[in-house]
Amino acid sequence: MANNTNHQARRVALKWMHSVGLFLAMMVLCVPGLWIVLNSFRPTVEIMAKPPVWIPNDLNLDHYRAMFGGIGEGSVPVLTYFTNSLIISVTSTVIAILIGMAGGYAFARYKFKFKGGIFVGLMVTRAVPGVALSLPLFILFARIGIIDTHIGMILAYVAMNVPFTVWLIDGFFRQVPPELAEAAEIDGCTRWQAFWRVEFPVARSGVASAGIFAFLTSWNEYALASQLTRSTTSKTMPVGLLDFTSEFTLNWGGMCALAVLMIIPALILTFLVQKHLIAGLTFGGVKG
Amino acid sequence: MKRLKLPQWLVLLMPAIIILSAVVLIPLLLSLYSSFTSYRLTRPDSLFNWVGLFNYEKAVTDVKFWAAFGRTVLLLAVALNLEMLFGLGLALMISKVTRGQRALRTMMMFPMMFSPILVGFQFKFIFNDNVGLVNNALQSLGITDTAIPWLVDGNLAMFSIIFAEVWTSTSVFGILILAGLYAIPRDPLEAAKVDGCTPFQSFRFVTLPFLMPFIYIAMAIRSLDVARAYDIVQIMTNGGPARRTELLWTLIGRTGYVDARMGYANAMGYVSIFLAIFFTIYFFKKLTAARKELGMGV
Repeated sequence: MANNTNHQARRVALKWMHSVGLFLAMMVLCVPGLWIVLNSFRPTVEIMAKPPVWIPNDLNLDHYRAMFGGIGEGSVPVLTYFTNSLIISVTSTVIAILIGMAGGYAFARYKFKFKGGIFVGLMVTRAVPGVALSLPLFILFARIGIIDTHIGMILAYVAMNVPFTVWLIDGFFRQVPPELAEAAEIDGCTRWQAFWRVEFPVARSGVASAGIFAFLTSWNEYALASQLTRSTTSKTMPVGLLDFTSEFTLNWGGMCALAVLMIIPALILTFLVQKHLIAGLTFGGVKG
Repeated sequence: MKRLKLPQWLVLLMPAIIILSAVVLIPLLLSLYSSFTSYRLTRPDSLFNWVGLFNYEKAVTDVKFWAAFGRTVLLLAVALNLEMLFGLGLALMISKVTRGQRALRTMMMFPMMFSPILVGFQFKFIFNDNVGLVNNALQSLGITDTAIPWLVDGNLAMFSIIFAEVWTSTSVFGILILAGLYAIPRDPLEAAKVDGCTPFQSFRFVTLPFLMPFIYIAMAIRSLDVARAYDIVQIMTNGGPARRTELLWTLIGRTGYVDARMGYANAMGYVSIFLAIFFTIYFFKKLTAARKELGMGV
């Protein structure tokens, strides 16, 4: 009997430790972000207050008003940056997905010489960081005259995303048994129809998660964008963040507001695909 | 007229090959060429001044380069191992939860949505010695009276950067390991229990080997990212104080853009790219070995 209560006590203790540990871990993961969100609603005086103000007593939308109105301190053309980011990210994602689908399908369904070599070659391009590419790309784009344009940025981001989309989509098409498409072809479909009517719907969720990854990469990229964009015609939001800094001061409140604007679309997208995200990484990576 | 007929797979792969050669390969060849010249941004004609292996010789004998190299490897080793341990712990804790797992998973992925540059600014703010969250909390709790110079002291700055790296990327490990935990078959675990294994033993000898492929995949992805670390460090400390947090790519960026010695910067860049490729191949090798052991096929 004593043994039994001892056992019981240990289980309760373990359960408590588990809950406390989980709570602490989630705190560490969430508090820095939430702090940024909170500060975007606080006036600069309160952010800078010494001793610190822990319970905010004056929450307002001043930073957002300044950001969108383009008035007062640090008027940054946020809406323009937002549309630039949106145009560049969406277009490059769509193109990268189409190219990735073609490439991934080729790797999943065809046998050819140097298959492994070509695959590794595609992947190695991912080892090259944006900083290393930015200068030669700058020289090249300047020659062609697509510096500081949407097209230039889209091209760069498509190239950045293609290896990853090919890799992920390849993994998903492999999960679709080839017999499915063959059956459709026997029933009178062309290869093209068989692909769109049978194979694509099965792998659709995988393609979607690859798309979200590509979108987030373009949405968040900084090193290339900082060199290839010059003015409001093509600056994206990550580059726009630097508009809030000046030589000696930083407009933390305004920066936090822009940060929130950057996170919201990413948050929504990630929430929508979180289930596919796990499946995508597993199938694409481990079992591939 | 004979029409050239390309094989279907080549047609399908063509767009990918074309865009990658245009945007990655050609610029890389350009920079490879410039690494053999004394190219300076300020003097365009120096692009045709061939100096052979001079830049590479200079790079491998440069103390600053090797210091940055060592620091990058240190960051790689410390950050990857910490992320792996925390990610494993997090995934194990979440997999034990019976209710609200979906919400917890979403919370765990929260840091992944942050742009690296945003993470840089965020932690620059949080570790700010005057108005930062960390110092405010420490001072309000009475743990310390003085403002701790998180980003100004050399060692503390490195710690802050590692903290920021680990914060953003633990969830990558967490998610992949969680996916691995879902995929583990029940039978071996039950068999281990029947055979009288303690919980620790069944974790060590049954669960962990199954998780290894997932851990290696995360390692391979992350080692590439950390070897390219630039944004976070650039924003948080800009390589300072006194180059104490200078990593390979911040050094290269500074040499290329600020000192305008592009040829030299490109030579250092090539050495670093080979480092990244080496680590990736190493982890992929491990992955293949782990897969074979589990009979997952290659």
